[in-house]
Amino acid sequence: MIEITGVTKYYGKFPVLKNCSTSVAKGEVVVVCGPSGSGKSTLIKCVNALEPIQQGSIRVDGVEVNDPQTNLPELRSLVGMVFQNFELFPHLTIENNIMLAQRIVLGRSQQVARKRAMELLERVGMTGHAHKYPGQLSGGQQQRVAIARALAMNPKAMLFDEPTSALDPEMISEVLDVMTSLAREGMTMMVVTHEMGFARRVATRMVFIDQGEIVEDRPTEEFFPARHNPRTEAFLGKILHH
Amino acid sequence: MSVWNWSGFFNYLTNAYILEGVFTTVWLTCVSLLCGLVLGFVIALMRRSKLRVMRAIAWFYIWLFRGTPLLVQLIVIYTALPQLGIRFSVIEAALIGLALNEAAYLAEIIRAGIEAVPEGQSRAARALGMTERQIMRYIIMPQAFKVIIPPLGNSVNGLLKTTSVTSVISMEELLRRTQVLIQEKFMVLELFAVAALYYLILTTLWDFVQRRIERRFGQSTAAVGLTEKR
Repeated sequence: MIEITGVTKYYGKFPVLKNCSTSVAKGEVVVVCGPSGSGKSTLIKCVNALEPIQQGSIRVDGVEVNDPQTNLPELRSLVGMVFQNFELFPHLTIENNIMLAQRIVLGRSQQVARKRAMELLERVGMTGHAHKYPGQLSGGQQQRVAIARALAMNPKAMLFDEPTSALDPEMISEVLDVMTSLAREGMTMMVVTHEMGFARRVATRMVFIDQGEIVEDRPTEEFFPARHNPRTEAFLGKILHH
Repeated sequence: MSVWNWSGFFNYLTNAYILEGVFTTVWLTCVSLLCGLVLGFVIALMRRSKLRVMRAIAWFYIWLFRGTPLLVQLIVIYTALPQLGIRFSVIEAALIGLALNEAAYLAEIIRAGIEAVPEGQSRAARALGMTERQIMRYIIMPQAFKVIIPPLGNSVNGLLKTTSVTSVISMEELLRRTQVLIQEKFMVLELFAVAALYYLILTTLWDFVQRRIERRFGQSTAAVGLTEKR
């Protein structure tokens, strides 16, 4: 579904990603972790071309993201994305947040878009909040709406960029629960997160990035018990023992 | 010689010639505001363009029109351009001058509004598959609008009064008509008081309209304020 091959990216002269290759097969959940500044968020933003790459290839559902011929809006509507800071549209009600792109990107009618919005609000446990504004919701609630907004486009894959990093601790699980159920239903997911408990339970594969390089890329059951690499070891040591 | 003449004052307050001048001031403001908004929006977008040339043109435009007095601009358009064979009627020259001048100020106000919307909003909209045009229309402008309204209102207030400058190229708005009557009737204080009173009425009415607009578009901002307090 997502094939990343030899991706290199620079911010000016500084290389943020160095020859990165990995892939996410249909129905797989790949968790990307690594120290801050390692390039993990940059990598996931390259998948739907929110960040351009200088070298290499990224294919989503067979379409080359980096090709100037590619219709980016169309490609992006196939890949849902959830951000660290939710990024709901503050001037629109919850319902309209979920309906807007359905209407203007997919061309769905008002009724169809509303029906889909209501289904998804129910699914993320936010029924009854349809007419509120984002500013009236807690962080966890906003992030669940953001997930619903992305799902409304019927994406083939979902990207999560540190979805719980901006949340108060008591709100993290409500978001992870929604993500877990999504994974159980077979959604293809690429998730940047520090939530190792979630990764252990849900991820099929683990990718560890450090200083712009993919250091490890293994099935979850191999990644956690046996540490193959001192850099991974050091990182996991820091985030697991506190 | 003569002291304040009340009946003269009230007489000119309802004088048809003056009232027409008031009307001219109002439509002059409205039309130059609308043209200024459209042009200002284009220039604001040019200032944010990826193309260096576009940014340079926009910068030059703003620099030129904010850096020279409207009075000079009007005289150039009406009196000096005919030397190059470009002729405008009084009304055209007044409208062009006001709109070009206003656009330079509005461009900066609109740009500030657009830049006040966090980059993450466009990113989220882009990730949903919206085109740049859709993002501008549905995501950025509605949010920018709230930031734009207060300085825009200020600018409209200024524009209402600035239209009086067009009297120098004999545009028959409120001030010009007041001066014409003064030259005939010599009731200097009474007539200027009438003109001043009408400007006050117009700016006060606008104040009222602006407050209504702010209240209307402030709704979801108020909702955002709720959580920030929590």
